[in-house]
Amino acid sequence: MLTYAIKRIGLGLLILTFVMVVMYTAVFLVPGDPASVALGPRATPELKKMLIERMGLDQPVWWQIVEFFRNALTGNLGYDVWSNRPVSTLVMEALPNTLVLGVTSLAAALLIGVPLGCLSVVRRGTAADAIIGVLSVGVIAVPSFVVAIYSLLLFAVTLRWLPAIGAGETGDLVSQAKALVMPALAIALGWIGYIARMVRASMMEVMGEPHIRTARSFGLPEWKIVSKYALRIAIIPTISLVAVGLGSILSSAVFVEAVFARPGIGRLVTDAVNTRNYPVVMGTVLIMTAIYVSITIAADLLIARLDPRVRDVFRD
Amino acid sequence: MSSVTEAPPSSLGRQRFAPLRALLADPFTGAALILVAGFLITAALAPWLAPYSPTKIDVLHKLQPPSAEHWFGTDHLGRDLLSRIVFGTRTALTIAMVSVVIAGAIGLLLGLIAGYGPRWLDALLVLTFDSLNSLPMIMFALAIITVLGAGTSTLIIVIAATSFPSYARLIRAQTLALKNSDYILAERLLDAGTVRIIFVHLLPNVVGPLIILLSMDIPVVIMVEAGLSFLGLGVRPPTPSWGSILYDGYTSIRSAPFMVIFGGFPLVLATLGFTFLGEGLRDYLDPRLKLRRPA
Amino acid sequence: MTGSLAARDLSVRYETLHGSVQALRHVDIEAHPGEVIGIVGESGCGKSTLVTALANLLPANARVEGSIVYHGVDLVNLDAHRRRLLRGDEIALVSQDPMTAFNPVLTIGDQLVDFQHHRKDLDRSQKKARIAAMLTRVGISDAEQRMKSYPHELSGGMRQRMAIAAALLTDPGLLIADEPTTALDVTMEAQIIHLLRELRREYNGIIIVVSHHLGVIAELCDRVYVMYAGEVVEGGEVDAIFHDAHHPYTRALLACDPARFPDRLERLPTIPGTLPNLTEPPAGCIYASRCERTLEPCRNVVPPCVKLSACHIARCHGVCG
Repeated sequence: MLTYAIKRIGLGLLILTFVMVVMYTAVFLVPGDPASVALGPRATPELKKMLIERMGLDQPVWWQIVEFFRNALTGNLGYDVWSNRPVSTLVMEALPNTLVLGVTSLAAALLIGVPLGCLSVVRRGTAADAIIGVLSVGVIAVPSFVVAIYSLLLFAVTLRWLPAIGAGETGDLVSQAKALVMPALAIALGWIGYIARMVRASMMEVMGEPHIRTARSFGLPEWKIVSKYALRIAIIPTISLVAVGLGSILSSAVFVEAVFARPGIGRLVTDAVNTRNYPVVMGTVLIMTAIYVSITIAADLLIARLDPRVRDVFRD
Repeated sequence: MSSVTEAPPSSLGRQRFAPLRALLADPFTGAALILVAGFLITAALAPWLAPYSPTKIDVLHKLQPPSAEHWFGTDHLGRDLLSRIVFGTRTALTIAMVSVVIAGAIGLLLGLIAGYGPRWLDALLVLTFDSLNSLPMIMFALAIITVLGAGTSTLIIVIAATSFPSYARLIRAQTLALKNSDYILAERLLDAGTVRIIFVHLLPNVVGPLIILLSMDIPVVIMVEAGLSFLGLGVRPPTPSWGSILYDGYTSIRSAPFMVIFGGFPLVLATLGFTFLGEGLRDYLDPRLKLRRPA
Repeated sequence: MTGSLAARDLSVRYETLHGSVQALRHVDIEAHPGEVIGIVGESGCGKSTLVTALANLLPANARVEGSIVYHGVDLVNLDAHRRRLLRGDEIALVSQDPMTAFNPVLTIGDQLVDFQHHRKDLDRSQKKARIAAMLTRVGISDAEQRMKSYPHELSGGMRQRMAIAAALLTDPGLLIADEPTTALDVTMEAQIIHLLRELRREYNGIIIVVSHHLGVIAELCDRVYVMYAGEVVEGGEVDAIFHDAHHPYTRALLACDPARFPDRLERLPTIPGTLPNLTEPPAGCIYASRCERTLEPCRNVVPPCVKLSACHIARCHGVCG
């Protein structure tokens, strides 16, 4: 188990390094130096010189990459080109909002999607199963930011039930929760469908296995067979797919944060892209990739925990 | 005296080799096909279908609600919304097709190289595919946009760069499986050249699954284009795009809510249409392929 | 609670895409408390379908005709809920493959507790105590420890003991062992047979043992039914069947049992021909196409069930005269 974990983490670090090297190289392969691109028409020679020094662009590329990683290891991700605030501070301010949004959406999706998938299996072949099936594909197809805009129009503008923008007042949990409802549901909707379908598919496979027949032969109620005997196995592939899909939850978060003007990573990085603020983009991408890679590793380890057969393979 | 016992799993799902009629027999696939055909025709005939020029500004008649002259109303610059949506269809479908074809071609080439090339090259390419796949796609996209600047060509590069790894992985897997199959080994023993094996045996076999995957990715690409254009990081104004129409509507959501309502509809219908069509095709051609993730 | 079991004119069809498969046709069997009944036949003869029907586990595409009366209740016409209540309470099944019979991600103890769900009068610790006692009874040492194991941590023989223990825990009136030793090696097989023989001395319900292995049947059973292509072709006491078989199929089957060869043979004997197509079974005797001594009526007339002695029957034109 430990060797497995170390191997996975090592691969994760390798991927992170690889990605940053590719990105850094790409920036310098593009015609025109980043400083003048960032400054645009406002560029004066003095301003440009100052910016070049601040961004370390006078150093060779390989040295910049080494510097970036050396600094990143000490928690220094560089400075915002415009406000000169440390990128790590900016990220740390924005990150909690995005994480809360992502975790809430995922939890909502699991809480609704898994029971729907189970219901589909218990009522397989009936109208309920068919309706869940079609609705699942339907909600997967609808882009989350469109759901966000429509729910904004309906619940905030027309009905005035929920706040339209922001992440709620600091320290006021109720207002924060209210501000979370629409963004979280906009992201969760597609995932509810996806999880329901995944759970149904892998559950149907498990329901054909002999140990389910054993459980049936002892007269266990169908709901218990589905929720305990089948789900424990069927949930394993679902977890790994959900983990891999966290990247697209992040994507949805970027769009949904824009719709609800929610101060999070999405807003931070979108603004930075619009102003060509390289250090902020680089730093955010590094942090988000690191988070994403660690979640994937955590999911793999969780799967190893959940399935005693896998657990034993890695025990030695 | 007969009895129907309770139902443990028996044969599930559709029969795999149903005739083509079965594809259309499914009402959702049929409806999806009609929707998709409608969008394709709209995109092709946009200049003839649109009642006005999509870029003609008329500030005197801005933010007008739907009327006989402007069926969907006008936007904040007085442009006809229906015309913008019609031309937006063209933008969405063109970008989707072009980027998916480019991504498919890159994926095909790299997948063949990885599957057929030397071990070290394969390992390197697989590491590249995995690294790209393990990036949160949006972060990668935003990084590319920062470097290249927003615009239609950047959008196509972003989509191609973020989606080719999964195609390459599929092609590589198929190639490896085929490479070690008996008939390819027999061909090699007969001294058939690599080029002949690739073009005569590998390509015809790997193209089918690739096309399914590509068709299932079209709705995702449409969403990405609209989403990035919504953020102002996609198609540059004044080119009409569903995403930028939605953004214009979003900024005047209180004064002119009809703009987001009409602006969102074609996007939802298009993604639904392409998704259900892709699902139908997948079920019909290769039920083993997995469902795509929500975007 | 014990009672007699009788299947009368039992037929089972499976509706499939390729037509309707007549897996079981006009089967009559009976069993009384204290008896061990054997069901023998080659693969595909319908013994699994028979067992599945008796255990109320037929899949959705199965159509049942005839009756299965157990303890005065007709199982065929029972509603789904009462049918489920009978399973694992009155009727217990020890299934074929101990490798896959238990859920791989739950501990054995957890599953055995769940399997006692009919015993509403017991709490969890009482159920665990019963499990420990039962595991000891089926010959598993350090029962407490074993309850915490996952199935893959146990050997095949151990798992089969667990499966038998699971079935006995429910105090069933009818215990069905479907190929209890097929998946085991020879030593394990001997141990499990020994265990089942011991158990039958203390057990007063019905045991049905299904096997394609004649030796297992001979060692365990009082009476035996021989099945071929979905029909019971001969039935009677073990001695009668093994030493005085009348049906040509039973004789052929006995002749093919390697354990019964007096000497080493150059070629193993086989029964020529193949099983008939069960979507369209032949008009006359089901065995006619492979039989050594086909008579005039065999091809067209279904043979009657001939009573040879008090409990020895055979379905063959050849034994009439």
